[in-house]
Amino acid sequence: MNVLGPLWLSVQLALATTLVLFVVGTPLAWWLSQTASRWKPVAQTIVAMPIVLPPTVLGFYLLILLGPNGAIGSWWVQLTGSALTFSFTGLVIASCVYSLPFAVQPMQNAFEALPRQTLEFAWLQGATKLDAFFSVAAPMSVRGFVAAAVLAFAHTLGEFGVVLMVGGNIPGETRVVSIAIYDEVETLNYGAAHQMSLLLLAFAFVVLLAMYLVNRRWSER
Amino acid sequence: MNNVSSIVSQLIPLRHTIQRAAFSLDVDVAIPAKGVTGVFGESGSGKTTLLRCIAGLEAGSGSRAPHERDIGYVFQEPQLFPHMDVRENIEYGFRRARKPRLETDAVVNMLGIGTLLGRKPAELSGGEAQRVAIAAVLLRSPDLILMDEPLASLDQRRKDELLPYLDRLHDELSVPIIYVSHSIDEICRVCDHLVLIENGRVIADGELHTMLARLDIPMLTGRNAGAVINARPIRYDSDYDLTQFRFSGGELLVPGEFDSTIPNMRLRIAASDVSICRTRPQKTSILNVLPAEIDDLQPTGPATNLVRLTVGDDLLVAEVTRRSVTNLDLGKGDQVFAQVKSVTVRR
Repeated sequence: MNVLGPLWLSVQLALATTLVLFVVGTPLAWWLSQTASRWKPVAQTIVAMPIVLPPTVLGFYLLILLGPNGAIGSWWVQLTGSALTFSFTGLVIASCVYSLPFAVQPMQNAFEALPRQTLEFAWLQGATKLDAFFSVAAPMSVRGFVAAAVLAFAHTLGEFGVVLMVGGNIPGETRVVSIAIYDEVETLNYGAAHQMSLLLLAFAFVVLLAMYLVNRRWSER
Repeated sequence: MNNVSSIVSQLIPLRHTIQRAAFSLDVDVAIPAKGVTGVFGESGSGKTTLLRCIAGLEAGSGSRAPHERDIGYVFQEPQLFPHMDVRENIEYGFRRARKPRLETDAVVNMLGIGTLLGRKPAELSGGEAQRVAIAAVLLRSPDLILMDEPLASLDQRRKDELLPYLDRLHDELSVPIIYVSHSIDEICRVCDHLVLIENGRVIADGELHTMLARLDIPMLTGRNAGAVINARPIRYDSDYDLTQFRFSGGELLVPGEFDSTIPNMRLRIAASDVSICRTRPQKTSILNVLPAEIDDLQPTGPATNLVRLTVGDDLLVAEVTRRSVTNLDLGKGDQVFAQVKSVTVRR
């Protein structure tokens, strides 16, 4: 009975997902916060879908898409010779879709709260739009980035349905902690299930408490 | 260094057209490439939109991005970066300037912000923040500075605190400034040139003193009517706390003590504070009585009439009733006496 293996795998998955979502989600959140395009509501809807969809539905379509015959999966097989489904890489992709709104929405909210004139002032002071983003918009949106990181990380750590559909239960590859807990309960091994569950419970509590405490300190300033 | 006459004669053309559902802006005017040009008009007349077009912030205001235009913009609410201290804020534009012309120390001294450099914007008063914003804009070394009601969000005490710094900009820098305001008092103090704007159109423009003496512009009649003259303080009477000023048309007594080493101050004389007598008044409480010649008359309402007076080389505007014009039989070219009840020293 290995408790730390699945836990460590979950942490790796959550870290990788958070990292990818920062790279992909930041420009998406910035675009959503600045655009007046008529496609904005459509884009926002697509980003928010994972919040309301059952993880099994999401996992089902991802399984088809990432499978060896799917649009992305077949391309990946050609490129690397291995399948995306039932692999760690496939799990990262699936987790990114699943946790996308939890990263994009806090960032978008932070960007939308930036005073328009402060950005305009940065441009007028000689900054290109990219320069102004990194020197002014991003530092002013630290709270949004922290919230996005915490939520994306925690949400990925807690995912179950999507992993089960796309990743299966391969030790060291796709057997993350939530799957492992399910397994232990199935085999009536409550001791191991308790150990992992309590760890996750404590983790979720500590992370969220830390975030709310930091938030309170910030808003007092 | 260019010679002075070529700088004075240089003009900056401003041509901007914007078509919106509820508003259109169509401006084609040239302003002097030196000194402060006031843009005066009611709120909603398009003053701010004009500035935003010049800066490239409005959609459809040209293909050049704001960062390529070398234009400084002082917003009504100072836009400082909250995560940087004052020093980092003023160096932001300096590091990105294509042709830095001013030294940080000189600008810090000019605006008196030396003691604020380590503070965060949240720790500044409104007036201090606006001074820091102006310093940041100057260090960007712009070719043109736009100021959008920079005093409007400050209370009177903070305004009085900031105004001397604006005077210094005017006196010590050669960069042209466009100053938007809806306060004629501010315009009279700060500006040399005036552009009047209404419904997105320029209705008149010209040198400040001349513009203020025009009787044909409704915007400059009524509450806003009044002239500005230049005068020199020559003597202070401490018994009565009055300063004697000399100008081309004579002398004026003004309450308060003013520094007689300043060669030239700007006095604002509201039209409602000037009355007209056919003969030199005797035994009047009014201290300032000046011989004048009527230059023009213009009815401005059912009861009121504006009269432009030549006093020496200067122009004054008086508001009298139409009945008085009839009773005194006032006409162009008449020699009269102007009684000046009150004078405000604007600078």
